[in-house]
Parts: sequence; structure tokens; C-alpha cells
Amino acid sequence: MANRALGARPLTSPDVAVRPTLTTKPSAKPEPLIKDSGSQWADRTFQLAMLACGLAVLLLVALIIYELATKGALAWHAFGWKFFFRRDWDPVNDNYGALPFIYGTIASSLLALVIAVPLAIGVAVFITEMSPRWLRAPLSFTTELLAAIPSVIYGLWAIFVLVPMLREHVQPWLARYLGWTGFFEGPPYGIGMLAAGVILAIMIIPIISSITREVMTAVPQQQREAVLALGATRWEMIRLGVLRNARAGILGGVILGLGRALGETMAVTMVIGNRAEIATSLFAPGYTMASVIANEFSEASGDLYLSSLVQVGLALFLVTIVVNILAQLLVWSVTRGAPARSHV
Amino acid sequence: MSDRATMQMGQADLRVSLWRRAVDQFATFIAGGTVVLVLLPLGAVFGYLVYKGIGSLNWAFLTQTPQPVGEAGGGMANAIAGSALILGIASLIGVPLGIGAGIYLAEYGRNRFGDLIRFTADVLNGVPSIVIGIVAYSIVVLTQKHFSALAGGVALAIMMIPTITRATEEMLLLVPISVREAAYGLGVPRWRTTLSITLRTATSGVITGVMLAFARVAGETAPLLFTAFGNTYWNWNVNQPTAALPLQIFTYAISPFDEWHRQAWAGALILIVLIVVSVCAVRIAAGRGMLKGTS
Repeated sequence: MANRALGARPLTSPDVAVRPTLTTKPSAKPEPLIKDSGSQWADRTFQLAMLACGLAVLLLVALIIYELATKGALAWHAFGWKFFFRRDWDPVNDNYGALPFIYGTIASSLLALVIAVPLAIGVAVFITEMSPRWLRAPLSFTTELLAAIPSVIYGLWAIFVLVPMLREHVQPWLARYLGWTGFFEGPPYGIGMLAAGVILAIMIIPIISSITREVMTAVPQQQREAVLALGATRWEMIRLGVLRNARAGILGGVILGLGRALGETMAVTMVIGNRAEIATSLFAPGYTMASVIANEFSEASGDLYLSSLVQVGLALFLVTIVVNILAQLLVWSVTRGAPARSHV
Repeated sequence: MSDRATMQMGQADLRVSLWRRAVDQFATFIAGGTVVLVLLPLGAVFGYLVYKGIGSLNWAFLTQTPQPVGEAGGGMANAIAGSALILGIASLIGVPLGIGAGIYLAEYGRNRFGDLIRFTADVLNGVPSIVIGIVAYSIVVLTQKHFSALAGGVALAIMMIPTITRATEEMLLLVPISVREAAYGLGVPRWRTTLSITLRTATSGVITGVMLAFARVAGETAPLLFTAFGNTYWNWNVNQPTAALPLQIFTYAISPFDEWHRQAWAGALILIVLIVVSVCAVRIAAGRGMLKGTS
């Protein structure tokens, strides 16, 4: 590599002997042995430029909060806290309340968790503890591939494959055997809360599963060996030695999955039915916070209408941020200070 | 090994150990079952994409713009071009900013302030894409007074930045300190060391991060709904509404026309091929070793 700096600095022998000790911050040294103000200036400029990029990240998040807060202010002044507890969503009479969307978001996400968590943990346990070594890499790659499929393609698949399947096979069965619970009542349209929950589950399994795998790998190998030495079977070893130690981190993964489910837009919008109603039955159509923004934002006429949608966005933003931070802390509590992975 | 241990416990424990072994077998069976259950939808999604997509994929689809409702034929050429335009804008904004922030965190950010930026990047990573769409709408669309490819690019850039930042930081930190020290020892100024030694060594890892961010936003639809908006004609003007492949898939999928459904599948096939190829390329590159010059 051409090194102009070398040519610019005549090195004398005593300097060479001293130079290596100044290694980490040559420019910050108060009295440089080699005078080269040009490179100091360049260093300072470079550092400032990189700092600006870092500040851009801070600025972006500040900007998101500022834009959501100011654009949502109109709805805030009109409805206050009650906005989040009102059930009406009536653009014709300019009357807005976010409760149906909050309910739909929470219900669809919880349903997704109920389906996804056992499956995701099962997959993680199988890949890290049970599968033959040669199968591990392909299996984890394939499950991660699930995460790479765009939301809109899941939606497309759900409309034309999942929804007809639910309508013709799953929903009649659920209505017959579990109809008494009240969750599986009404006409089986296919489209509705159940379809949204299932497609969300498929979408968050890879996230929960990969975090669970990461956390389980962080459990020290000695834990496994100790439990095995006491005469445990493999499953007992996994249950007592691994899962119990990793539970905080696994919970973190589950909450991270929840965060993703709360903010998921396209696939849910395509199958949930988009009706601002609160119904107990999972067969009924619903609406989520993300889908109402997706469907109505570009057509929203009227300042209060638009402002209400932004307010819904602000609520969604705050909830996902809190959920994500909580998840991050839980995952860190297990993986931080973890020893180097002794088995891969 | 555990089986032999239980056998040695003696006759009295045999009944229990049989039960415990049965539970062990059952747990293995269940865990294996979950893997099959999870891979099933993956297979189904890819199977249907290929099955439905191949049939509708033809030369016209790749070269023509959409036909009016009711007329057969037409294609998504303008949407593919629009996606390229929007992703190009997003990369132009997002890649330098993301790499710059990553350099800051790795080289200067080993302190409280760096932790703050690191935390903020993670927060930004978790912001729902639809919310990013609202923000891009307020910043760009409201200023320009109309939808545009630029607004879509800005939205996707915001989504790319945190991924690239954290990946760059991680990769730069993998470069041994001795490599930097060698450069300093030769009298190379710090900025040059960072750019042409450290970053250069970590190039393939950084590219991996960029490709992952690219693959993540390539299929994003929600932030484009009210920024790029969509367009049924060709558009190369960054200040005009532009079609994008995911948007077109969405519009066609929820439409009531069979012909459009067919085209939605074809579009989805193209989109997924684009994404899977980039993810696989990343995987292969990562398998060859993140860092060429080290280890």
C-alpha cells in the first residue's frame, strides 16, 4: 500500500525507538515527537464525520418521537387519554377511539405467542441438544430462512392457502369440539383473528427459536455434565440443566417475538378482516393498530382523522420500544459473561 | 451413557428408570415433531410460490407495465425497476451513514456516549416499519407535497441503518488491535488506519451486514404504502410516485381479479428469489470466513 505519511515524516532513529509505546492514540499526545499538524487535522475531521454518523442514529429516533408527538397532538387535544379507551372509529362523524385496534393487536399477538412459543422452544431444543451434528447447520439455516421471507409474501400465501384451509378444515373442527369455550363461534369465514394469529406465529417462530438457541448455547457445558453425572436422562438434563438456567433469556426471546408480532403489518392486514370490532370469537374479523394505519393513512382526509392515525402509531411505537428493551435486558442477563461456546 | 448409569442403580429402580426413559424418548419425539411442524409452512410457502409463480412468469411479465383491469397480459417491469430505484436511494443514504456510525462505535465509542448510540440503534431496529412510514411521510412527503421514490428510499434507509451500524461495529471489533498498532507503528495516521487497514480487513463482514440489511428492506411493503405510493407507469424521476414490487404484490393480492392474483404469485416468486439469493450469498461468504486477513 502506498503510504504518503511515511514520505512526509523523516524518521530519525531515536524516534523509532519511542514510537511504538504511543500506539493507541498518537494524535492525542500533547507533545508529539514528530510534528505533523496536517494529519492531526485530518484525524479530527474524520472523527467528527464519524461522530456525525453516530449522532444521525440518535437524531433519527428523536425525530421519530418528535414527528409522532407533534402530528398526533391534535387527536391528543381532542380526546386525551380517553382516546385509548373509546370503541368508536367513525371517520364520517370525526369521532375516534383506538380500543378496537389495541384489542386486535394484543389478541392477535397473544394468539401468535400461544402457538409459536412451544414450537419455537421445541425446535431450539432439538437443534442444540438432540439433533445429529451434521443436521444442525442445515436445520438452523432453514428455520432462519423463514425469517427472510417478506411479510407481504406470507400475506399472499395466507390469503390463498392458509385461509381456505382454515375455513374448510380447521374451523369446522374447532367449532364442533371447542365451540363451547366461546372462542370458536360464528360463521367460519377463514379470514379473521385466527388466521392473523397463525400467520403471525409462523413469522415469529424463527426469532424466538434463534434467541432460545443462542441462550441455550450460552449455558456452560459443565451444567449439562453435572446433571448427566447424577444419572439423569437426556431430557432431564435438558429440563434441569439447560432450560432452567436459560429461562430468563428464553423469556427475553419470547418477548422479542411479541415485539415483532405487535408491529407486524402487511400479513396481518391481508387476513385479519379489517373491521373495527371487539369480539371474543377468534373466527370474527378484527383490526390491529398497524393495519389501520396501513389501510387508512393515505386516504385519511381531515386533520383529526390523520392525527388520530398518527396517535395510534405513537402508541404502537411506545409499546414496541418498551417490549423490545425489556426483552434485550432479559437476553443480556443470560448471555452476558457467558463462556466461549464449548459446543457448537 | 445415562442409560448405563441408570441400569447400575439396581433392580428396585428399574420401573422408574423405564418410565424416565419413556419420557426421554417422548420428549425427543415431540421436539422432532415441532421441527417438522415448523418446516411444513416453509415448504408450503416455497412450494406454492414456485408452483403458482412459474406458470405466470413469462417475458411479458418482465418487460411490460400493468394492463388495465380486465385485460390479460401485462407485467411488473415498472415495479421491478421502481424497487431498484427505491433500494438504490435507500442504499445511497443508509450504507454510508450506517458504516460511519459503526466506525464511530468501534473506534471512538468505547464510552458512555457510545453506549447511548448503541442502545438507540437497537431501539431504532425495533421500531415497527409502519411507524417508519409515517415518519418518512411527515418528513419528505409533506415537504414535497406529493408521494415520491425519494420518500420511499428515505423510509427504507432508516430501516437499514441500525442493522448496518451494529454489523460494522461487530466486524471492526473482530480486527485484532495489533493490526492497528502495526499501522500506527509505521506512522500511518489514525483516520487512514481505520479506512484502509481496519475497515479493509473487515470488508467481507461489513458487506455481509449490508446485504442482510438490504435483504431485510427489499421485501418491505408497509413503509412504502404512503411514501412511494405505487404507480402503473414507468417512472425514473425520484420526485414522482413510483411502483415497487412488494407494493404491487400487495395491491394485486387483495384485488378480486384472478389475472392479478396470478401476477401477484409471479411477482412474489421474483422477490423471494432476489432475497434468498442475497441471503445465501451472504451465508456462503460468511462460511468462507468473515475476515480475510485475520485468524
